[in-house]
Amino acid sequence: MIETLGVLSPIPGISGREDAVREAVLDRVAPYVDEASVDSMGNLDCVKRSKNGHGEKVMVCAHMDEVGLMVAQIDSNGLLKCRTVGGIDPRVLTAQRVRVGQDNIPGVIGMKPIHLSKPEERTKNPKIQDLSVDVGGSSKEETEKWIKVGDGATFDTKFEPVGDLVKGKAFDDRMGCAVLVELLKEAFPFELHGVFTVQEEVGLRGAKVAGYRINPRVCVTLEGTICDDLPDDKDRGRTTRLGDGAVITLRDRSVVCDRRLVSVLMKVAERDEIPFQWKRPLAGGTDAGSVHLSREGIPSCVVSTPCRYIHSPASMASPEDAEAVVRLVRNSLEELCSVAGEIDGRSNWKT
Amino acid sequence: MMTPDNLLKELCAAHGPSGFESNVADLVERLAAPYVDELRRDALGNLIARKKGQREGASIMMAAHMDEIGFLVSGRKESFLQVAAVGGLDPRVLPGQEVWVHGREKLKGIVASLPPHVLSQEDRGKVAQIHQLYVDVGLGEEALSEKVRVGDPVTMAVESVSMKGGCMSGKSMDDRAGLACMLLALSRLAAMKHPWDVYAVATVQEEVGLKGAQVSAFGVEPTVAIAIDVAHGNMPGTDEGDTVDFRKGPAIAFGPNISPVVCERLTATADKHGIPWQREAVPGRSGTDAWSMQVVRSGIPTAIVGLPLRYMHTAVEMIHLKTVERAARLLASFSAELGEEALQWVGLSPVDLEARRRGEKDD
Repeated sequence: MIETLGVLSPIPGISGREDAVREAVLDRVAPYVDEASVDSMGNLDCVKRSKNGHGEKVMVCAHMDEVGLMVAQIDSNGLLKCRTVGGIDPRVLTAQRVRVGQDNIPGVIGMKPIHLSKPEERTKNPKIQDLSVDVGGSSKEETEKWIKVGDGATFDTKFEPVGDLVKGKAFDDRMGCAVLVELLKEAFPFELHGVFTVQEEVGLRGAKVAGYRINPRVCVTLEGTICDDLPDDKDRGRTTRLGDGAVITLRDRSVVCDRRLVSVLMKVAERDEIPFQWKRPLAGGTDAGSVHLSREGIPSCVVSTPCRYIHSPASMASPEDAEAVVRLVRNSLEELCSVAGEIDGRSNWKT
Repeated sequence: MMTPDNLLKELCAAHGPSGFESNVADLVERLAAPYVDELRRDALGNLIARKKGQREGASIMMAAHMDEIGFLVSGRKESFLQVAAVGGLDPRVLPGQEVWVHGREKLKGIVASLPPHVLSQEDRGKVAQIHQLYVDVGLGEEALSEKVRVGDPVTMAVESVSMKGGCMSGKSMDDRAGLACMLLALSRLAAMKHPWDVYAVATVQEEVGLKGAQVSAFGVEPTVAIAIDVAHGNMPGTDEGDTVDFRKGPAIAFGPNISPVVCERLTATADKHGIPWQREAVPGRSGTDAWSMQVVRSGIPTAIVGLPLRYMHTAVEMIHLKTVERAARLLASFSAELGEEALQWVGLSPVDLEARRRGEKDD
């Protein structure tokens, strides 16, 4: 599981440029799945046929894209002016290393030295318009030899263990992808669609068409979610805590999870002694936000791994939390499918 | 063979915030040893290498500092570390940075930041001061208190990377680029005759007050001293008056910290050997080792060879590698060409009072 995360985390894949992630996922799932297809937007649908069961479709999805930058202009000094893809706070961009474009060209996001800035300047966080990426080109013409407007840039962060945890970029949502790869190794008594989606970070867009096309009975979205368990004097509560196990969403900004599905997850966690925690409601949004609105509505829920520092150069997560997510989802899927069958409005016509 | 490229990578990979330079000193000692006659360390930890010249009694001292900006662990809260800055650090360049915590073992850490999802618009605008930041090394409270103590040094963890356009980026180019340049000058001098003794001094505690240079210059007592340090290369958001060109070669400083005669000689040497260089105006405190060396004992004529650097005091300091090579050539040629005649222009110049009284002027 963690080994898969280690392979997927360093791959560049801003929204709309998920190709390299998809290739790596395909390499890893190919031995286990019966069928795989890529739709017009780039979603990868991996199908595992039912073993000794029914033909109902269960969708489990995780998004391949990550937040990053896109080159918007190359200036006369050969520096790249960029814009964010997805929600990045420019606070975490300064003095960071990135990789730009198809050839992974190293670049740095510089910052005016402290020696040359005024104290009042240092009380304000820079805006994206104030920052540029320096790849070493001395002029527009020179930089244009290596970089094109529209190229993507992602953080240049090594995946590695840190203390009891692992560290890397894009755990939101390569963590979900790694969990999903793990689930696809199992056999289930229903038709499992493991869907690796695109363009989550720019508006949950890949999942929208995947949900429509697959039309599953139930969908579980896997995320690497906000973990903000830093010490704080303010009593603001925590979205999740690292090490407290799998995260179950009640509702976030994009979806109110079906309470019957949520109670299945909770019961299975208690029955199988899998550590779990509730995500503080109303933080973040997920692919479930578009899947549950597909067609006439698809019963949906979300299970996540807490990841510190998402949407920044380096996120951190606990392998034990991730294992808890794998177990919780694996052990719940069959019951989620049958409960979803009972709540599916399409079979409820009164005659 | 030493090239600016591999030398800088190796030097930047060493860790040494001010006061903790011994690892860097070990490395410099190993790299310098083949080219020098004597090596010693003084009480503050400066590494002093001497290459003897043919003539006794005159010497040039090159100084480049080993220390880098960083932090010390100042406390712990739950399973996170608190830090205090060593040297001048802009708190805005820290969230999301990777660091090494040099505790009972070397631990990788992240400077923690909250994701934008949970911050109000107002909080996003605020700059967290260094004492408000946390370093996360991924350990629980108990393991953390066993492995890390207050006072342990913390350094930036980024590895140097070769870039397009002949550039390199990484942490502590300030002043490992100067050390690389000094080592390259020594290796060049190995094949050259030089009348004067050449001292290459890797100094300590520059970032906290130019301290190592002060005592090592006292110990070496050189005839002439040159600080090799980084200068601000032009970059977005800066005024041209505050910077030099990033690619036009070493910046030779002019100003009160600089001996005009040494400077004149330095620029003449550059021109003679066709080494590209540029002028840098330093109207006051240079913030380099030259500032403290100039006033050691009865005064030492000093100059500064500056290496244009972008994004100083961040983890992505960036340098044009050719500059390092060019500055090394300049320093080697300058040192080798100091002879009998040079002694005339650096010492005390007695005033002929009798001639004055007669109304004749000194030369």
